[in-house]
Amino acid sequence: MTPRAVGAALIAIAIAAALSAPFVAPHAADARDRSLLNAPPTLPRMVGDDGSWHAPFIYRWRLVSQLEQRYEEDRSTRVGLAWLSRGRLVRSDDEARAPLLLLGTDSFGRDVFSRLLYGARISLGLAAVAALGATLAGAIVGGLAGYRGGAIDDLLMRATDFVMVLPATYVALALRAVLPLVLTPAQVFALLAAIFAALGAPFIARGVRAIVRSERRLDYAAAAEALGAGGWRLLARHLLPAARGFIAVQITILVPAFIVAEATLSYVGLGFPEPVASWGTMLHDAANIRVFADFPWLLSPAAAMFLVVLGLNLVLQDARRGSLEFNRPA
Amino acid sequence: MTRYLVRRLAFALVLVAAVSSASFLLARLAPGDFVTETLGTQASRDEIARERARFGLDRSIAAHYRDWAAAALRLDFGPSMLYGRPVRDLIPERAANTALLAFSALVFATAVGLPLGIVTGSRRGGALAAAVRGASIVLLSMPPLLTSLLLVFVAARTGWLPIAGMRSSTVPSGGAALDLLRHLIVPALAIGLPLAAALERLQAQSMSEVVDAPFVLAALARGVPRRRVLWRGALKASLRPVAAIYGLMIGTLLSGSFAVEVITAWPGLGSLMLQALRARDIYLVAGCAGAGALFLALGTMTSDLALAIVDPRASETSRHAEAAA
Repeated sequence: MTPRAVGAALIAIAIAAALSAPFVAPHAADARDRSLLNAPPTLPRMVGDDGSWHAPFIYRWRLVSQLEQRYEEDRSTRVGLAWLSRGRLVRSDDEARAPLLLLGTDSFGRDVFSRLLYGARISLGLAAVAALGATLAGAIVGGLAGYRGGAIDDLLMRATDFVMVLPATYVALALRAVLPLVLTPAQVFALLAAIFAALGAPFIARGVRAIVRSERRLDYAAAAEALGAGGWRLLARHLLPAARGFIAVQITILVPAFIVAEATLSYVGLGFPEPVASWGTMLHDAANIRVFADFPWLLSPAAAMFLVVLGLNLVLQDARRGSLEFNRPA
Repeated sequence: MTRYLVRRLAFALVLVAAVSSASFLLARLAPGDFVTETLGTQASRDEIARERARFGLDRSIAAHYRDWAAAALRLDFGPSMLYGRPVRDLIPERAANTALLAFSALVFATAVGLPLGIVTGSRRGGALAAAVRGASIVLLSMPPLLTSLLLVFVAARTGWLPIAGMRSSTVPSGGAALDLLRHLIVPALAIGLPLAAALERLQAQSMSEVVDAPFVLAALARGVPRRRVLWRGALKASLRPVAAIYGLMIGTLLSGSFAVEVITAWPGLGSLMLQALRARDIYLVAGCAGAGALFLALGTMTSDLALAIVDPRASETSRHAEAAA
């Protein structure tokens, strides 16, 4: 398998996990089990204690120390797995007493694996929507500036210059913090997408402008104009498509940046509110240092984030090489 | 050159003024203020009014902004309500901590990334090149948010290094400097590792392009030893793209250090900004945002100047940019 194929597979898995969360996740994102706080993962096994083979099963966790939240496997009974029951891919036979916890539980007793899948919907969805917004705004601004030139070009490029030299993290933080802290998850989603899109758009606008400017001078543009194509038609049908490759590369740079930005904001408590599951809010739950040193499975959203960014990097290794040239200040 | 410098400085000042004004106004317009955040719901109406008057929060926004801006022109940025100290005294020491962190990360990244990039770029195959390349791609996919979580986890598990803060409460044997160094390792590595990977990739790519250049072939044909061609001629020619990228890295350093400062409790500008925002300490918010903008503007300017010295063509284009402006 080439690195590219590995990258594509990672991204495909992440998207599939996000889309199929209600089916694959054994539990709801906010379902709590107060008797199992910070419980370790229940690994599915096939070999019993006596060395005999069975269909995949798990052992139940028994609380040994309430204070230290230490658990021990109850090896007296094997709990089988129920496949395709009650609308879920797999659950344990005895959900009430021995739930299937592939990545353990968090400090509220919620299933980390299920939250990871539901969190992918929010984290990846937000990054995708914001990247789309940045692309649209960037293409319109860059296309207009490159096509019209003159005063409009000057004004728009000055504006993008200004946004690009702002300390982006501080701006995102400040914008989020001054708005009311208590918002519905949908409002937070729209707000963060808008902030990210506004901060990302200038990077696309500048490249699109340069491409539109140089394409405009080519013969095919003159031919289209001579055949009577109006300004908007020329821009939308002929000039902007020339920037496709550049935009595709920029999107793969923006998406990981946005995933990390959501995680950072949620980590410091300025992103999504409890009990919404996003990769950032999950890290926020794990934020206490003692907690994640003792309960490493709480870091699984960090691992998921790493794999998605790695996937994007692998897919675009070669394409990105060209784009570095573009971003380089003259 | 002097005109260019003056222009850039003026732009930096306008930027700082705009950023701090905007954050002052935004923070002032936002619902809730420092008094409601700290006194809570128990306070009486009189008490709230008295506290508001003390911090100047009882005036209209326009009057408040006018007074603040006038004082800021005299370099008086108001008192931090949270710390009870002037913002002017508070910010330099926090900014120095962030600068120390960013500078250490940059030095580490340069010292590790560049030499590795030269080695991997100048030889095609080899297990070493493949291993370095693989490690770089993995690290490039770990932003400082993730590296710092991972490093803090490792440090907490093993107990090798302190995981939070900048100094121990008691000065241990070995002195304060060594103690600071031990605290610096985790946050500086968290920012420096992804940066080193980025530098390694860029340098390797540029080196491999230069190795194919006709002048290298010509030198080899003249009988100049390969080692000497690589380390004298090719190296010098390959450094240009890396030099150009340093300006862009300032922004990466600043945003990267925010997450790292929060996670490792490093007392820098980013964690100060977060505290200020949470407490609605508007004078401190404006000060931190302005300092961040200044940090970025000065960093970009320094790197542009350095680039102009290394590569005369760059200053040529900057002069064109100036002429166009």
